[in-house]
Amino acid sequence: MAWSDTLLKALKDNDVRLVTYVPDNVLTPLLNGVTSDNTFRSVCTTREDEAIGVVAGAWMGGMKSVVMMQTSGFALIANALASLTVPSQIPTVMVISERGTMGEFNVGQHLVARTMRPVLESLGIAHHTLTDEATLPFIVDRSIKQAFMTQASVAFILSPLLTGGNPAGNAKLK
Amino acid sequence: MTMPTQRLNRADLSKRLVAKLKHDEAVVAGIGNTNWDLYGAGHRPQNFYMLGSMGLACPIAMGVALAQPERGVIALEGDGSILMSLGCLATIGKVAPRNLTIVIWDNGIYQITGKQATATAGTTDIVAVAKGAGIANSHWVRDEDHFEKLMDRRFDEGGPMLLAVKIDDKPGPVQTPRDPSLIRIRFMQGLGTSRGGALDA
Repeated sequence: MAWSDTLLKALKDNDVRLVTYVPDNVLTPLLNGVTSDNTFRSVCTTREDEAIGVVAGAWMGGMKSVVMMQTSGFALIANALASLTVPSQIPTVMVISERGTMGEFNVGQHLVARTMRPVLESLGIAHHTLTDEATLPFIVDRSIKQAFMTQASVAFILSPLLTGGNPAGNAKLK
Repeated sequence: MTMPTQRLNRADLSKRLVAKLKHDEAVVAGIGNTNWDLYGAGHRPQNFYMLGSMGLACPIAMGVALAQPERGVIALEGDGSILMSLGCLATIGKVAPRNLTIVIWDNGIYQITGKQATATAGTTDIVAVAKGAGIANSHWVRDEDHFEKLMDRRFDEGGPMLLAVKIDDKPGPVQTPRDPSLIRIRFMQGLGTSRGGALDA
């Protein structure tokens, strides 16, 4: 099974029914899987903090959801996390494709990516870097369950070790 | 439709709005005076008061609307806040949740930070922006009676409705208690999604 199918199965098994996202090349197989599967409602938002707001409302309304974004998008959401979801104890499940490492060609990505883990740490948000398909189901399944049961957010960071990195960027590497 | 010249009052219209809610409608109110005046209109279990995350009242309300499609959901937002997140109007226009209503209180100022002028004070027309974003059922409110009539007919067009209201600069007279967990828990009790069990009794 492709890594994206393995991840989608873990989301489905945990009753996730709504996916909000701002697209990314690395996320494309995941997003194609989401939009072609009637299990999921998907909403492509204009910004990542908007995507956080929608899933916060959906969770309070009783629907489990995840947000998908790339690392640069994560840099837009510190306020939404720090002033809405974390203090309100609204569990937000984030799937973040990791740019800026292991072969990044774009200087605009490599520095912003370095802000991600320190922000997650400072907000006390659990994060797991997914590097291989063998451990992915256990990490994702257990951590989603923990997030919803403890009302604490979690971030899954999709390493290039798992995804192969940005296909458009790989072609640019010399 | 051109922008109205008459200035209405947010506290008065918030009371008129709340008086119309007979079906446990959810109301998500943006930061500052917007949610203070909703609180001042009389707390309801289905009210969600934002303490931060400026600009996210409409996205949060849309999330509630998607999760509970049979419940009416109303977002209250200020002009400064919606200007920060105009993109969400495009998303709402595209997704078109039929149970979602948006009210923009437009006083043309960042009232809470010292009354600095917003873009709506001079050039930006929120109704034109909303229509352009795809929310066809968008209207400027002329007066109190017009507001009530439009609210009564908010489901007629089968999609989301946006109302923009030119309001005065009177601040909200009371402030909402700033306890985000309490606000969230009470809101979920109001929506029937709380996990509190006997603790909710």
